[in-house]
Amino acid sequence: MEKRNLTCIRCPLGCQITVTLENGEVKDVTGNTCPRGDQYARKEVTNPTRVVTSIVKVEGGVLPVLSVKTKDDVPKGKIFDVLDEIKPVVVKAPIHIGDVIVADVAGTGVDIVASKEIAAV
Amino acid sequence: MRSYDVIIVGGGPAGLAAAIAAKKEGVDNILMIERDDRLGGILNQCIHNGFGLHTFKEELTGPEYAQRFIDQAAELNVEYKLNTIVVDISKDKVVTTMNRNEGMVQYQAKAVVLAMGCRERPRGALNIPGYRPAGIYSAGTAQRLVNMEGYMPGKKCVILGSGDIGLIMARRMTFEGADVQVVAEVMPYSGGLKRNIVQCLDDFDIPLKLSHTVIDIEGKDRLTGVTIAEVGPDRKPIPGTEEHYDCDTLLLSVGLIPENELSKQAEVEMSRITNGPLVDESLETNVEGIFACGNVLHVHDLVDYVSEEATAAGKNAAKYVKDRYGAEAGKAGKVIEIKAVDGARYTVPTTIHLDNMEDKLTVRFRVGAVFKNSYIGVYFNDERKQHRKRPVMAPGEMEQIILKKKDLEAFEGLETITVKIEAE
Amino acid sequence: MYDIIVIGAGVTGACTARALSKYQVNMCVIDKYDDVCSGTSKANSAIVHGGYDCKPGTMMAKMNVRGNELIYELAEELDFPVKNNGSLIVCTVPEERGKLDVLLQQGIDNGVPGVRIVEKEELLSMEKNLTPNAVAALYVPTGGLVDPFNMCVAFAENAAVNGCEFKLETEVTNIVKKDDHYVIETDKGNFETKIVVNAAGVYADKMHNFVSEKKMKIIARRGEYLLMDHELGDYFNATVFPLPGKMGKGILTAPTIHGNLFVGPSATDIDDKEATNTTQEIIDDLVYKAQHSYLTKDVLPMGKVITSFAGLRAHEANHEFIIEEVADAPGFFDAAGIESPGLTSAPAIAERIEGLVQDKYQFPKKDNFIAKRKGFIKMDQLSLEERNELIKKNPQYGNIICRCEMVTEGEIVDAINRPVGARSMDAVKRRTRAGMGRCQAGFCTPKTMEILSRELGIPMTEVRKNVKGSELLVGKIKEDL
Repeated sequence: MEKRNLTCIRCPLGCQITVTLENGEVKDVTGNTCPRGDQYARKEVTNPTRVVTSIVKVEGGVLPVLSVKTKDDVPKGKIFDVLDEIKPVVVKAPIHIGDVIVADVAGTGVDIVASKEIAAV
Repeated sequence: MRSYDVIIVGGGPAGLAAAIAAKKEGVDNILMIERDDRLGGILNQCIHNGFGLHTFKEELTGPEYAQRFIDQAAELNVEYKLNTIVVDISKDKVVTTMNRNEGMVQYQAKAVVLAMGCRERPRGALNIPGYRPAGIYSAGTAQRLVNMEGYMPGKKCVILGSGDIGLIMARRMTFEGADVQVVAEVMPYSGGLKRNIVQCLDDFDIPLKLSHTVIDIEGKDRLTGVTIAEVGPDRKPIPGTEEHYDCDTLLLSVGLIPENELSKQAEVEMSRITNGPLVDESLETNVEGIFACGNVLHVHDLVDYVSEEATAAGKNAAKYVKDRYGAEAGKAGKVIEIKAVDGARYTVPTTIHLDNMEDKLTVRFRVGAVFKNSYIGVYFNDERKQHRKRPVMAPGEMEQIILKKKDLEAFEGLETITVKIEAE
Repeated sequence: MYDIIVIGAGVTGACTARALSKYQVNMCVIDKYDDVCSGTSKANSAIVHGGYDCKPGTMMAKMNVRGNELIYELAEELDFPVKNNGSLIVCTVPEERGKLDVLLQQGIDNGVPGVRIVEKEELLSMEKNLTPNAVAALYVPTGGLVDPFNMCVAFAENAAVNGCEFKLETEVTNIVKKDDHYVIETDKGNFETKIVVNAAGVYADKMHNFVSEKKMKIIARRGEYLLMDHELGDYFNATVFPLPGKMGKGILTAPTIHGNLFVGPSATDIDDKEATNTTQEIIDDLVYKAQHSYLTKDVLPMGKVITSFAGLRAHEANHEFIIEEVADAPGFFDAAGIESPGLTSAPAIAERIEGLVQDKYQFPKKDNFIAKRKGFIKMDQLSLEERNELIKKNPQYGNIICRCEMVTEGEIVDAINRPVGARSMDAVKRRTRAGMGRCQAGFCTPKTMEILSRELGIPMTEVRKNVKGSELLVGKIKEDL
């Protein structure tokens, strides 16, 4: 029996969760205040994931850079692959929230989408 | 002089929510004034996710959260001005503005909502000794440079202070290729949210050194290094614990200060603890018809609470215009005082006009230290009326209690409500 | 070949250059920093001293009293901010009352106009926040406050308009004495000149010693300060001094011309002439002194400290100004040992050097000398109508960049595009106060950088805080890391 203590990051409450594992399998989750915490804890000990947020360069926009995010969580181990892939990306204004900037980033099956409105100059 | 029913000073999350609420309450003649070139305020540079769980039940980035409100304001035809600074607000609610195209213009408002936000505490306020080279930025300035302008302020960073912006910037700088060596925090606990420690520091093995501070800054032109030392309970450095870090950048995330210079010009009374206005149940200040909300009132941990509070302020400002403006008598009826003691640092609001109170009132506060397995106690005069267990309370996170009007009315001779932190 | 090279673009050098620019001379000012007013002149108490505390008969006493007279006249002519708020030297211990009489006599001997003793009752009516323990004070009505940056910039701009060249970021590495001229060797090449004015501040000894056998030593004496928010700017009306001590005029609690309150300066002699760092020990001591001040009625709120800083005084062992032609180096004029009251004395020092140079060389006067200068527009000091007029002409004056000090884009652009204009963030700050307020440049840094980049035609990554090597950014995102 292995016990792991986690801080839930699904919302700003930051619940202290204890996960009990046996042979890599989750046996029990305690300390969470909502189902999202349970879900987070199970995932965090087996396949941790994160939403990645960054920026890409913009051409012809009222701002020089656009904020972007992965539309869903991606595996934690893939964070830097995601960042590497968006590094050379340059997008043309106008841009709307939700526009797909990079489809299936770093082979994660998740799209990079715009998180800001940028008008063209 | 052009006149408006409600003028909202600031077009960030607080101003937007207040303007929308005032409009929805049926007051049409309103103006929102924003100094930057777009609405949304500081959210525009907060590109990380985690906003909106309470308000929209989904996890948004700062710009997306702001856009939801900007879209609503547009649908409701909220009138606003960009690139316009408010130079003065008088006690009589004459608002003086300035911008490039119109020069200086004065408006007469019936009600004013203060929503100017806050600023970061600078290095100077900490009295850190050493040189004053290039490469020392407040975390928010660095955030703007990286996320809005697309420039890197440095390659090798040390961060002082574990406020949320500092934690977020630790990750942002790491993402952009910088080497973030350490986050030092003078207090024995972090000033930021726990989730940010996990996903901004722990994920990238960036050490958080609690009870540590910067005691020397080196480099005459550009920063070349800092010395960090452990501090004792008196927050003074302990000799022999000094550690040197080579770095070209020091980011400071050491607290936020509500920006109340305009409020003071309007003779609004301030709290010495929050550095924001003292307000009553309507979020109205001592100056009749001037309301306050968001980080100008007290520094919040979550923007969701800012929106909630600002919605109340906007609604109350509209109600004031409709019901009380121009009336002889001020708020009638009984006034109840709210006090914060024993671990509770302050409350917002600090007074309640019982007749004017809605059915439910949220009272927000912060604690002064970390409390584990403690209780929030709410007393009506000397009688305990609420007793709620909290596994952990920390200064970095806001707490709240809900008061019900019928409870207050039912309690005979109620003069003071006291909020305290209790061991049992 | 130059007629005159002035080494040092601090207040002494700039003021001297301005005085000499009245004549038909080929002149230049050399300084190793990126801007004028970057050494001792930029970090001091910014006080116009009355001249009561200098030893009678000294050069210092003469220069101080004459400088005090001239500074108010020049402020009008060259349009830089001064404020004649008076000085009070306060005695709080009845047994030390006699010291005031000594100071009064000294003031009278030095020719300080209007000095007198004010008794407790009058004193407390003058300063409502003074400690009730005050016994009496020496009142020096000619005491005042000055903006040292704009004073120095005013001299430099006016000298430049009258033909004086400024070679900034040029460091003097050696001076070679020739038969009838000097060769000034610098990191940017060599320059020949007939006359040298040595106004090199803490390095005046180095310059002097290049050419003279009679060696000089200037000690850097560091003074550290705490600067407090505008909220405390009107705490005192006058500049309030304690009774003077051995190392100087003591720790003051005084208003600045910009409406802040400062506590300081300390006095520590140091070896490194660039060591403008603050130290934990002294800051703690200043905080302690501010909180236990025997001059203030209240404990000063330390939460209102917005910054601390340090400056170096160019202290000469005999604590005297040396303003003379060097005996074994004809044509080489020292203005050395210029510590407090150097700022006040600058116009008198310039006048004296001008006299010495003219006695010897008799340069003819220019007939087109421009004596007047229009200072910086201070938007926040104009009426609504005046501001609207200005914004109509130039919309940049309607665009606030620094919120704390209410500085507009127009003012910053003007600071950059004037003669001897600002080239760096600090240079903009000194001229306009952008970044000097309570947020200490948190909000305006990115915007000011953009304006500098645009006006100077340089990339953002080349915008500096001050000298080379103090670039603010390391690169563009996604490219340079």
